[in-house]
Amino acid sequence: MYNSRNIIIGLVIFIGIFTLPFVFGIGKKNDAPKLSLDTPKINELEAKECIEDTDFMRSNHMKLLSEWKVSVVRDGNRIYVSEKDGKEYEMSLENTCLDCHSNKEEFCDACHTYAQVEPNCWSCHVGPEEVK
Amino acid sequence: MDINRRKFLKVSGVFTLGLGLLPLGNALASNKKVKYAPNPKALKAKNWAMVVDMNKLESELDECISACHKTHNVPDIGNKKEEVKWIWTDSFESLFHDIEHGHLTGKIRHKNFLALCNHCENPACVRVCPTKATFKSNDGIVMMDFHRCIGCRYCMAACPYGARSFNFKDPRPYLKEINPKYPTRTKGVVEKCNFCSERLAEGLLPACVEASKNGGLVFGDLDDPNSEVRKILDSQYTIQRSYSFGTKPKVFYIV
Repeated sequence: MYNSRNIIIGLVIFIGIFTLPFVFGIGKKNDAPKLSLDTPKINELEAKECIEDTDFMRSNHMKLLSEWKVSVVRDGNRIYVSEKDGKEYEMSLENTCLDCHSNKEEFCDACHTYAQVEPNCWSCHVGPEEVK
Repeated sequence: MDINRRKFLKVSGVFTLGLGLLPLGNALASNKKVKYAPNPKALKAKNWAMVVDMNKLESELDECISACHKTHNVPDIGNKKEEVKWIWTDSFESLFHDIEHGHLTGKIRHKNFLALCNHCENPACVRVCPTKATFKSNDGIVMMDFHRCIGCRYCMAACPYGARSFNFKDPRPYLKEINPKYPTRTKGVVEKCNFCSERLAEGLLPACVEASKNGGLVFGDLDDPNSEVRKILDSQYTIQRSYSFGTKPKVFYIV
């Protein structure tokens, strides 16, 4: 191999820089965010459950919201009937979701920031902290 | 392991068949029913329309406009070029240019008339929208789905009534107060009057109609012969903005 010395040194430096973030991360723990359910509305509830099972909401809330959006704007259906217990809810991010989860920063943002997800809901929909 | 051509084709045939049956199996497995329903309190109509009675409305124009703009977080940009409006006032000459013949009474010429989206039966804006962000809903309202608007402004060019506004900048800094019950818009989105479809869904009349306490604005079903709107149309002479364009507007004026 021609120039083997330079190539090998170059490769070692490249791999070194490339793996630097992993090397720094060895042994460190990045705790999952703790989502706060401490809002006046949730504290009043007897059973602290969302409109569907917690697991379903955790993994599917974005799909649910996307379906709500279509249903409300396009079809004019504004009531959601829960699969869990048949209770009815108004399909509204601001008026239903944020009514209970009035702590957007400790609830929505905590997880979205951790997962580096940037939902564009809030460029139009009004979070509680933006109400002047 | 020996596999000949014949054996391979047989096995792959069986697998392909299985793959074809997969959607069927999925459909049987997921018997979850997601149910969406309209609000039972909602006001219903086949074809919402409005009558603007300028004789009764004259003193309440500002109240109607501010009621609408507060409800829907419409910003006051303070600059005519970039203004955002859902409901506004203008002169007879501007709004009814095709029937202004130059010899109208001074009273009419100097009066300010209320203007808003006409929710046309044959809307030009809906025809040109490339993303179907604006569409006609079942109750005759020309709706905007802000989520889908890409801000191309074809609809603004198509609308003969100037009822549409574009957000040249983020509207939030220009809102004195934000109504948390209704979203704001974002930069790069077109907006217009939605006949308060979100209020109708709760059983409330449009904000401007509610604000016109003398009954200057009347809202009702154009397809229902017993509705308030039809009663007025059947008994009084009414005009429309640019009827000749063929868009069939649904806002009628008594001047």
